[in-house]
Amino acid sequence: MRIDVNSFLGSYPWRRVPGTSPDALLRAMDRTAVDQAWVTHLPGIFWRDPAAGNPWLYETVQRHERLRPVPAVHPGLAGWERVLAEARDAGAPAVRCDPTYYGLDPVGPQMHAVVQACSSEGVPLMLSVRLEDARQRHPNDRAPELPPWAVRALVRSDPGVRLIITHADRPFIEEVHFGSTPEEASRIVWDICWIWGPPEDHLETLLRTVGVQRFVFGTGQPLRLPENSVAKLDLLDLTPEQRGAIESENALG
Amino acid sequence: MASILGSWGLTSPIYFPSPADIEYGNDCLLGLQRTHPGRIRGYCVVNPNFRAHAESEVQRCLDAGMIGIKLAASRRASDPLLDPICRIAATRGVPVLHHIWQHRQREYAGQEASDATELGQLAARHPKVNFLLAHIGGGGDWIYSLAAVRHLPNVFVDLSGSGVDGGMLDSCVEAVGVARLLWGCDLTIDTGWAKLRYLEHLLSAADLELVRWRNAARIFPPAAFSPD
Repeated sequence: MRIDVNSFLGSYPWRRVPGTSPDALLRAMDRTAVDQAWVTHLPGIFWRDPAAGNPWLYETVQRHERLRPVPAVHPGLAGWERVLAEARDAGAPAVRCDPTYYGLDPVGPQMHAVVQACSSEGVPLMLSVRLEDARQRHPNDRAPELPPWAVRALVRSDPGVRLIITHADRPFIEEVHFGSTPEEASRIVWDICWIWGPPEDHLETLLRTVGVQRFVFGTGQPLRLPENSVAKLDLLDLTPEQRGAIESENALG
Repeated sequence: MASILGSWGLTSPIYFPSPADIEYGNDCLLGLQRTHPGRIRGYCVVNPNFRAHAESEVQRCLDAGMIGIKLAASRRASDPLLDPICRIAATRGVPVLHHIWQHRQREYAGQEASDATELGQLAARHPKVNFLLAHIGGGGDWIYSLAAVRHLPNVFVDLSGSGVDGGMLDSCVEAVGVARLLWGCDLTIDTGWAKLRYLEHLLSAADLELVRWRNAARIFPPAAFSPD
């Protein structure tokens, strides 16, 4: 089984991106043998109220059993706790909050509040480091990238929170992992979409030094080609057990 | 098809290699080409700031069997110092692969990077030479680059680089057509393989063959590839 924990539906405001509809995503999943995708409403990330995209997301995933919702929660807006409860009731595998895109301090009190609430509800919190390479972003696309110290601070702020960090590269992951206690690090999983694969040794090294258990399959599609995450695993000498852990078991665990 | 940039920074900067390091790197590559004649073909790297050396080195390496010229970031693509090298390329019938920063908006330490508009100026001055715009996925605004070379028939787009943006390959096909696309990897083979897998779905079998090898076979010297 292959689960893509990091995919999106809906248009991107900064450039034309093909394949943003549910049907197109399902075709891309077929193409790359992805059984299940965890999806977020992409336009909502850029809205003043990102959770306003959640109703469409819930309605869409109800029609497609291979899609699971990762709704957005903005802890700076009144009533955000209801969004979290709704996500829990809907069986969402995670909720996402991208503070730099929302204009929030990534280590501010609102983020600490959502971390504590996610911990209480037992819902993992997903955050992306970036969505696109900084060198190509639109001149008005100025949201800073999520800094590694924010991830360290958030995982320390509640002993029960579990984080899913997407679009992180090797230096970012190493800084957070080795800047955390083993217990703290055990509550973070990283998607592989932004990590360089073979012949560069980034992913291979991280699997050895950080541990296979800390990585999950993610693509960032449709902003990125999903074929890349498959290719980088295909190029590694992984046992079926290691591959199974990355492609589904770590996400479900 | 490969290139070696001098000593890769050991005794002169990667993008400003000394003449001695250029010869060292090119000799290493010629050695690899001789050891693996069926699989490796070489681009001759030169530093245009050393004009006489650059010209003689290109002739030496082409005589020894290299099949193209690699210009990285020692001098801006639009600079007249590149003209004598391009004239050799025209005479010898080899293409020029040029390192490109996709929309350079400032200077970067360690290289005199070029962008697609500057390559376009060079290509316009040398219409009989085929140029490869390097690594469209190598970082930066590829939309800007595609717009800059769309109407230049002697500029080919090399698809390599770590970038695997959704929509990038579709835009390349739309901007320059499959006849001016060349598949490549650069440092990251995983991204090159991913793009090839995507192209298998995007293109017809005949068009895919163009991108995989037929376009390259058309612009490199006739003896560059075995007939099968």
